[in-house]
Amino acid sequence: MEEEVMTEKRPIISAGGGPRREGAARKTLPMPVRYAINAVVVLVLLVLGELMIDGGAINRYQSTVLEQVGIYIILAVSLNIATGYLGQLPLGHAGFMSMGAYGCSIFIIRMSEALGVGARDFVTGTPMALVLVLGGLVVGGVCAAVAGIVIGIPALRLKGDYLAIITLAFAEIIRVVMLNIDDVVGFDLTGGAAGLTGIPGYSSFLLVFGCVAVVCFLTHTMMKSRHGRAILAIRDNEIAAEASGVNTTYYKTLAFVVSAFFAGVAGGLYAGCVGVLQPAVFGFMKSIEILVMVVLGGMGSMLGSALSATVLTILPEALRAFSEYRMIAYAIVLILVMIFRPQGLLGSYDFSLSRIIERVMNRDFPWARRAEKDEPAAKEVSADA
Amino acid sequence: MFENVSRRNFLQVSAASVALLGLAGCNGSSDSGEGGDASGSIKVGIMGPHTGDNSSYGLACLNGAQLYFKQLNEDGGVNGKQIEPVVYDEKGDATEAVNAYNRLVQEDGVTGIVGDVTTGPTIAVAQASVADNMPCVTPSATAADVVTYGSNYFRACVTDPEQGRVMANFAAEQGYKNVATLYLSGSDYSEGVNAAFCEEAEAKGITITAQESYSEGDVDFNTQLTNIINTNPDAILVPNYYQDDGMIVTQARAQGYDKVFLGVDGWSGIYGGSENYADAADLHDCYYCCAFSSSNDSEVAAQFIEDYEAEYNETPTNFCALGYDAAMVLANGLAAAEEAGLEPGSEDYKQAVIDGIASGTVEGVTGSISYEGTGDPIKSSLIITFAEDGTEETFEVLEA
Repeated sequence: MEEEVMTEKRPIISAGGGPRREGAARKTLPMPVRYAINAVVVLVLLVLGELMIDGGAINRYQSTVLEQVGIYIILAVSLNIATGYLGQLPLGHAGFMSMGAYGCSIFIIRMSEALGVGARDFVTGTPMALVLVLGGLVVGGVCAAVAGIVIGIPALRLKGDYLAIITLAFAEIIRVVMLNIDDVVGFDLTGGAAGLTGIPGYSSFLLVFGCVAVVCFLTHTMMKSRHGRAILAIRDNEIAAEASGVNTTYYKTLAFVVSAFFAGVAGGLYAGCVGVLQPAVFGFMKSIEILVMVVLGGMGSMLGSALSATVLTILPEALRAFSEYRMIAYAIVLILVMIFRPQGLLGSYDFSLSRIIERVMNRDFPWARRAEKDEPAAKEVSADA
Repeated sequence: MFENVSRRNFLQVSAASVALLGLAGCNGSSDSGEGGDASGSIKVGIMGPHTGDNSSYGLACLNGAQLYFKQLNEDGGVNGKQIEPVVYDEKGDATEAVNAYNRLVQEDGVTGIVGDVTTGPTIAVAQASVADNMPCVTPSATAADVVTYGSNYFRACVTDPEQGRVMANFAAEQGYKNVATLYLSGSDYSEGVNAAFCEEAEAKGITITAQESYSEGDVDFNTQLTNIINTNPDAILVPNYYQDDGMIVTQARAQGYDKVFLGVDGWSGIYGGSENYADAADLHDCYYCCAFSSSNDSEVAAQFIEDYEAEYNETPTNFCALGYDAAMVLANGLAAAEEAGLEPGSEDYKQAVIDGIASGTVEGVTGSISYEGTGDPIKSSLIITFAEDGTEETFEVLEA
């Protein structure tokens, strides 16, 4: 949803970039304007989506699938922080998701009982219910982040396969804890194997995609900041980063915890979308499902994660009519992508609306560039005109 | 020519074929979406886990339900209209179940649903279905929650606690004074039956001499059995699945316990099949309750077993029978709505189906099923025991 990541330093390129721009400074957008444009685009899309749902152009089946798309986008984008940007291979994302889902829904169920907010209030969206939901999502995120710290500090000392295995094991531990905690604490907390029921259906298109926008925005700004560059430096060469004074343990844990926090928020939204939580849902396969989305889209590309999350959530639904073959088709798509684009569909490319607008402002089009190569002089004339 | 196929061409062709597949999928569903009403048929959804871990239950229910609708159509359908089942697989996943439900209601426009099958997804569907007031009958979800969200959800099976009460009544009827129990801790099935049994049994004046438990995966029950046998019970309740039940019975008999074992429907399949979980010689004086047994000699059940074997070439299980009965319950509701001459798909029609189910009684293969104000059925239970050669026999039919 949110667009720009890794905008190149345009002025430097254009300063030495061909004869046509000599004398004329390249036009750029100031940062506040860039943010404003993106915010407007996101708002317009949200309002448009909501209007289509209200007007009946999107029926409930489609809007529920859309909500799931949004939830998986958050999951994939958050895992992308740990996988694509930090360069680790955690296999326990479903564990964080379940921490968030249980944390958020238990908070909301208990608080709504205490405050007397009924299930209908969540559907109609009274202010109190809205505050509860947002609070619940934050609680879910914090639960997952705490789990992320607990897991991250020992796990991030390890690399590669070892890290994959230890995160996988931790996710299983979380699942088993969810399964058995009721017997330990002595009252109904998670509902055990039978599942946690009675979760109000608070997830809606606006809430989910609002969260998507916020998560993408926060991820983007983090990655553009000093902290983000430190994280990328660790991915590219940990020893060099450490030698340059980057506190690798701190930044690895930071990226891991942020990733866990967003997964927790997605878990909270999932609980509100489905209405029942069972520990079995958050097994190993769920983690793999999310990882596949990131790998397919391109590690290190937020747009790639979002796109593949969209496609991989909609594809099984679109293929429901032949339920026997849909899993095969799904697998074939994966195999083809891995053979022909092992770096993922988008590699590390990311989309930036502001970059495109700046290009338009500077009349710097891809086809113009190609023409420029052939006839630089002719191009210069038209640019001046 | 094939050696000249470049990666790029191959990729393009594959992408195109995948896209075509997707398009075909969309077309297929929209076609069926329009076809239903014009031909005067009634669309009914069947959903369940047809692939994945729980597929054996889902497929059994599906087979049972489809058999019933097929027979119903051959007999002229409901009010002259054919039943058109729309089948969706939800892979045992609550998210997929909600999607499948929404799709059945919104895209296919069904007037009733047989499903879902397992507890978690069924609760998710039950919550989603309240807003639509969509009549649904689950063949097999036993959790109490399922029917509590709205008046539109019914089940064809009895709940776990209900089975415990049935066995407690049976124990009282047989005159057992002291009963011990051995259950699996952490399983809501086993714990639920155990709790309900103990409560009902004590109310009937039976003394519970011991309540022992074990954990998932245990294979040695001798410690618990020694404790139990020391209290000298007349009967031991073992409310678990057949693998554990078999080991428990074998080990208890080896310790010299030769009195009665009581069980619930998890015992179904303890003897016979590819693996024998208990010897025929050890299975004397064992009684368990269930909804359906292939040994059932009632006329309806015998006819069902014959038809099922003819259709699918295999012996029907408990779940097949429940699927069949769930379809029957739903069809009964549809018949009531059709008789009233209502417009299919309207709110009145759905309410008429629900009222029809709630007030009607059907003679299913798992006994007569009726409802009294809730979605939980009032139905008879079979008490099954074992002959000397280990085959199951119907000991008695307990009326509700």
